[in-house]
Amino acid sequence: MSESGKNEIDTPERPILSVRGLKTRFVLDEGIAIAVDGVSFDVGVGKVVGIVGESGCGKSVTIKSILGIVQKPGEVTDGEILFAQAGNSGGADADYVDLAKLDNRGKKMRAIRGNEIALIPQEPMASLSPVHTIGNQLVEAVRLHRDVSVSEAEQIAIKSMTEVGMPNPAERMSMYSWELSGGLRQRVMIAMALVCSPRLLIADEPTTAIDVTTQAQVLNVLRSLQKDRGLSIIFITHDLGVIAQIADVVVVMYLGRVMETGPVDDIFHNPLHPYTKALLSSIPSIHGTSRGPLPTIEGTIPHPFNRPKGCPFYPRCGAFMPGKCDQSTPRLTASNPAQSVSCFLHNDEAEPA
Amino acid sequence: MSTDSPPTELAQKPELATGDVSGGAPEPHDAVSVAPNWKLVWWRFQKHKLAMFAGYVLIAITIIAAFPGFFSTQNPVQSITKGSFMPPQGIQFWDNGPAFFTYEMEGKRNARSLRMEWVINEERRIPLRLFGEGYEWKFLGLFPTRLHLLAVVNPEVDAPINLLGTDRLGRDQWSRLVHGTQVSLSIGLFAVFLATVIGIFLGGLSGYYGGLTDMVIQRVVELLQSIPPIPIWLALSAALPRTWSVVTTYIAITSILALISWTGLAREVRGRFLVLREEDFVVAAKLAGCGQMRIVFRHMAPTMSSHIIAAVTLAIPVMIINETFLSFLGLGLRPPAISWGVMLQEAQNLQSVALAPWLLLPGVAVIITVLALNILGDGLRDAADPYH
Amino acid sequence: MFTYILKRLLILPLLMFVFSVVAFILIQAPPGDFVTSYVAELAASGSAMDQRQIEALRELYGLDQPAYIQYFKWVSRLLVGDMGFSLDFQKPISELIGQRLLLTVILGLATLLFTFAVALPIGIISATRQYSFFDYFFTVLNYIGIATPTFMTALILMWLAFSNFGITITGLFSPEFANAPWSFARVVDLSQHLWLPMVILGLDGTARLARILRANLLDELNKPYMEMARAKGMSEWALVIKYPVRLAINPLVSSLGWYLPLIFSGSLIVATVLNLPTIGPLLLRSLISQDMFLAGTIVLTYFGLAVIGTLLSDIFLAWLDPRIRMEAA
Ligand SMILES: Nc1ncnc2c1ncn2[C@@H]1O[C@H](COP(=O)(O)OP(=O)(O)OP(=O)(O)O)[C@@H](O)[C@H]1O
Ligand SMILES: [Mg+2]
Repeated sequence: MSESGKNEIDTPERPILSVRGLKTRFVLDEGIAIAVDGVSFDVGVGKVVGIVGESGCGKSVTIKSILGIVQKPGEVTDGEILFAQAGNSGGADADYVDLAKLDNRGKKMRAIRGNEIALIPQEPMASLSPVHTIGNQLVEAVRLHRDVSVSEAEQIAIKSMTEVGMPNPAERMSMYSWELSGGLRQRVMIAMALVCSPRLLIADEPTTAIDVTTQAQVLNVLRSLQKDRGLSIIFITHDLGVIAQIADVVVVMYLGRVMETGPVDDIFHNPLHPYTKALLSSIPSIHGTSRGPLPTIEGTIPHPFNRPKGCPFYPRCGAFMPGKCDQSTPRLTASNPAQSVSCFLHNDEAEPA
Repeated sequence: MSTDSPPTELAQKPELATGDVSGGAPEPHDAVSVAPNWKLVWWRFQKHKLAMFAGYVLIAITIIAAFPGFFSTQNPVQSITKGSFMPPQGIQFWDNGPAFFTYEMEGKRNARSLRMEWVINEERRIPLRLFGEGYEWKFLGLFPTRLHLLAVVNPEVDAPINLLGTDRLGRDQWSRLVHGTQVSLSIGLFAVFLATVIGIFLGGLSGYYGGLTDMVIQRVVELLQSIPPIPIWLALSAALPRTWSVVTTYIAITSILALISWTGLAREVRGRFLVLREEDFVVAAKLAGCGQMRIVFRHMAPTMSSHIIAAVTLAIPVMIINETFLSFLGLGLRPPAISWGVMLQEAQNLQSVALAPWLLLPGVAVIITVLALNILGDGLRDAADPYH
Repeated sequence: MFTYILKRLLILPLLMFVFSVVAFILIQAPPGDFVTSYVAELAASGSAMDQRQIEALRELYGLDQPAYIQYFKWVSRLLVGDMGFSLDFQKPISELIGQRLLLTVILGLATLLFTFAVALPIGIISATRQYSFFDYFFTVLNYIGIATPTFMTALILMWLAFSNFGITITGLFSPEFANAPWSFARVVDLSQHLWLPMVILGLDGTARLARILRANLLDELNKPYMEMARAKGMSEWALVIKYPVRLAINPLVSSLGWYLPLIFSGSLIVATVLNLPTIGPLLLRSLISQDMFLAGTIVLTYFGLAVIGTLLSDIFLAWLDPRIRMEAA
C-alpha cells in the first residue's frame, strides 16, 4: 500500500501509528481557528503514548483527525497519518496506509474505525444514546465489523464487559446509560472500544469525570490490557500524575503544537521546554498521585483565532527572547536520542516562514 | 508545509470589521465582550438580511395602516351599483415618453347574466397625479383633508381609479384593503399587547416566586393550554350581540383573542426567569444585597426583553390569522367594519371568485404580513439566543 | 408503563369536568335563554311554536332554575348518553353528530399521518444538508406554509380547480354516496375525496413540524454520541437514522399533544370552506342559529378529542422514551 515514497518509515522500531505534520482547522463565522498546527508523533507497538496539555490545546481534535471524524466546519488541511496495515502489527516490514488520504465516510476508513482503532470518548454519559440500551449499542459495535448473529454478538459484548471488570454484565445489557454510575459508564465505553479487539486504543481523558478510586480501577484495566494483549494506546489527559502512572512516551501540546516529546522518565526528570517545566512545577509532587486539572500557569492561553506570531508560548514564557521567539516558529527537533523539543533555547531550527 | 499559515489567521467577517463593532480596532472580540446585551442582539440581527428586509416591509405596512385615508383612492364604504366586479386598473407610465395615466374602463351589463362586463377603453385616458385631491377624510381622525397619495387629475369628469378592482357592491378594493390593514394589524397588536401584559405579570410572578404561586399558575396555564382555542373563540364571538357597535365588537374580539393566548407568553417569561434566577449575575446581585424589585427590573428584565420581543413578534401573526378567520366565518368583525377577514367573506362564494379572482387579494395581504412578521420574529429570536 | 398510563387516565375525569363547565359557560354566554331567542327567531320568520312545547323545553333544561342546576341536568343527561334535541334541525343531537364525528376523526388522523410522512423526510434532509439548496428551498416553503391560513389555501385551490377544470372540489363524497350507507364503494369514494382536505389541513402543521424537527436534529447532530457512533465505524446514514432522528422525534411526538387537537379544531375552518360533512360546519351553523345545546355538545366533543389526542401522545412518548417511562413509574 505504499503509493508514495513518503509512506516509508525509517525508524528502527516501526510504530503502529505515525502522525506527521498534522494540521486541522475550523472555518467559523468569526474567523479561522487552527486547532492543530503541525503535530507529529509516533505510537510504538504495545506502547502507551500520553498526550498532555491544557484545555483547548487541540488534544481531542488531534485524535478526531486521526479517526477521520472531524466534522464541518473543521477540516484536516495537511499532514500524514500513517497507520500500520492489518495483518502485521508494525514490525520490520510493516506496510502503512495514510489515513489522511482515505475518504472519511468511505468503506475503507469505516473498516478501520472501531475495528482496528477504537475510541474511548471524553464524555461517557453524552456518548451513549439515552434511548437505546447498553446492549443494543454494544451489539451494534460488534456487528458493524463481525459477521455474527445478534446472540453471538451479545456473548461477545458480555465477554468484553467481563474483561473490563463490569459487575453483572448480562444484566447491564438491558439497562440504559443513565441508570449506571459514572465509573460503570466509563467501563461500558471501554468494553465497547475493545469489543472488536482493536490494535490501537485511543482514550480521551478517560479518568477526568470519575472519582479517584474508580480512576485507579480504570487505569488498572487499561494497563493490564496493554500488557496482556500488547495493545497500543494513546492516552489523553491534562493530569500529569496519571501520565506518570501509565505512559511510556509523553507528548506535550500547547495551542495545537507539540512542544516537547520523549520517554516519560526523561520528560519528568529532564524537561527541556519552558512550558514542560512550567507544567511540572505546577504540580506539588511528581511521584504522588496528584489529580484534578492542572494548576494554572501565569497568563492565559490565547484563543486559536489570535495565535501569536512565532512560538505560541512566548507571551507566557519566562525565557522569551524578543526578536527571535516572536518572529519565527521553532520546529520540533531531536535534542538528544530520546527527546525532541521545539524551542529556540535548544536548537535554531525554525518552521519555514 | 506550514508556509501558508501566518501566525494570525483572522479572517474577519466584513460586517464585524466595518460596522461600529470594532471601530477599526484590531480586537473585535474585545468590542463584543464589553457591548451591552441589546447592542449584541442588534448586531446579530443586522447580519440577518432577510429579517432586515422583513422589517422594512413591516414598516411600510405600518405606515399604510397608520394613514389609510391618505393611501386610499376612494371612500372604502361607498358602493357604486353599476361598478361591481371591475377588474384591477393598471397605471400606465409610458406613452411615447414618460406619462402617468390609466385607461378608462367601460362596463356593460350582460343582458342575459345581468353581470357587469368590463373592457378597457384605450381611447380615453384618465390622467393621474400624486398628492392630488380626492374624497374628504380625517387625518388621525381629527383634521379633515382631501389630500391623497394618488388621485385623478380631474375628479369632476373622470371616474376614480380602482387599483385592485371592485367587489360585488362596486366598492374599491384597494381603499378597503388599506383600511382593512389598519383594523387587522391593530387587532393583532392590541390582542398581543393585552396577552403580553397578562403573560408577563403572571409568568413573572410564577418564575420569580416559584413554590406555591408557581404551581397554581402553572396548573391554570396547563389547563388553558389543553383546551383547543378555536371552538372557544367561535362560541364567545358568536355570543356577542349583533346590535353592538363596530368599536365595541372590535374591543370584544380583541379581548376574546387575548384571553386564551397569554399562556404561551407566560410560559416563555417563566422559563426565562427560571434560567436567569440561577445566572451568575443575578446571584451576585442578590449576594450584594440588591432589593428584589431592583434585581427584577434592573438586572433581569433587560436581559429578557429581547427574548420577549421575539416571542411577542411571533405571537402577532397568529392573532392576525385568528381575527381573519373569525371575521371570514362571520363571527368576528361585521360589516360595516372593514378588516381582511371581512373582505374575504366576499370570496366565500366560488362563483364570485371565479368571476373576480381579485377578491382573494386581501388573503395575499394576510400572507405577506404574516410571512414578514414570522421572519422578523425568527430573526429576533436567533439574534437574542444564538445558541438555540 | 402501566402505572404511567393509569396516572394519565386518572386525571381524565377531572379534565372532562373542567371542560364541561367551560362548555356550559359558553352555552350560557349569549344574553337571554336560548329557547326565548329561538322562539323570537321563529316569530321573525313567520312561524310559531306550540306554547306547551316551549314549556316542556324549559322544564327539560331547567331554564327557570339556577345555572348550577341547569349544568347538572345537562351533564347528567350527557353521562347517560342523551345529548338532547336540536331545535334547529328538529333531530336528536346524537343523530346529527354521529357520522360527522367519525368523518372528523378520519380526516384528523389522515392529516396527522400525512403531516408526519412529509415532515420527517423534509426535516431530516434540511438538517443533515444544512444550508444546501434543499434546506433553503424547504425553509422558504415552510415559511409560506405557516403564513398561509388554511382557509386561504382552500379558497385558492377551489378557485384554481374551478376556473381551470370547471370542477368543484367540495365535500367528502360524490353526490351518489353522500347519504348512502357504508359500503366498500363508499370507502373508496371517501378516500378519493379525502386527500385534498387532508393536504390543505396538513400544510401548516407539516411546515411547523418540519421546522421543529430540523432544529432538534441540528441540536442532536452535534452531540458526542454522534462522534462515538462515527468512531465505531457506522455509515453516516445508518447513524443519522438510528440516533439523532430517533432522539429528535421525541419532542415531535410530544408536540402531538397540541397538534392533534389543533388538527381537529382547525379542520372546522377548512370544513366550512370546503363544505365537508364533519362536525365543524355543524358547530358554526348552531352558533349562528343560537342552537346552544347542539353547539355546547360539539364544543365538548372537540375538547374530548383534544384530551384523547393528548393522552395518546403521552402514551406514545412514554413508549418511545425510556426516561419518561422511568420517571413516571
Ligand atoms: N466543533 C468545533 N468548532 C469550532 N472550533 C472547535 C471545534 N472543536 C474544537 N475547536 C477548537 O479547537 C480547539 C481545540 O479543541 P480540543 O477539543 O481539541 O481541546 P482539548 O485539548 O481536547 O481540550 P479539553 O482538555 O478541554 O478536552 C479549541 O480551542 C476550539 O477552539
Ligand atoms: Mg478534549
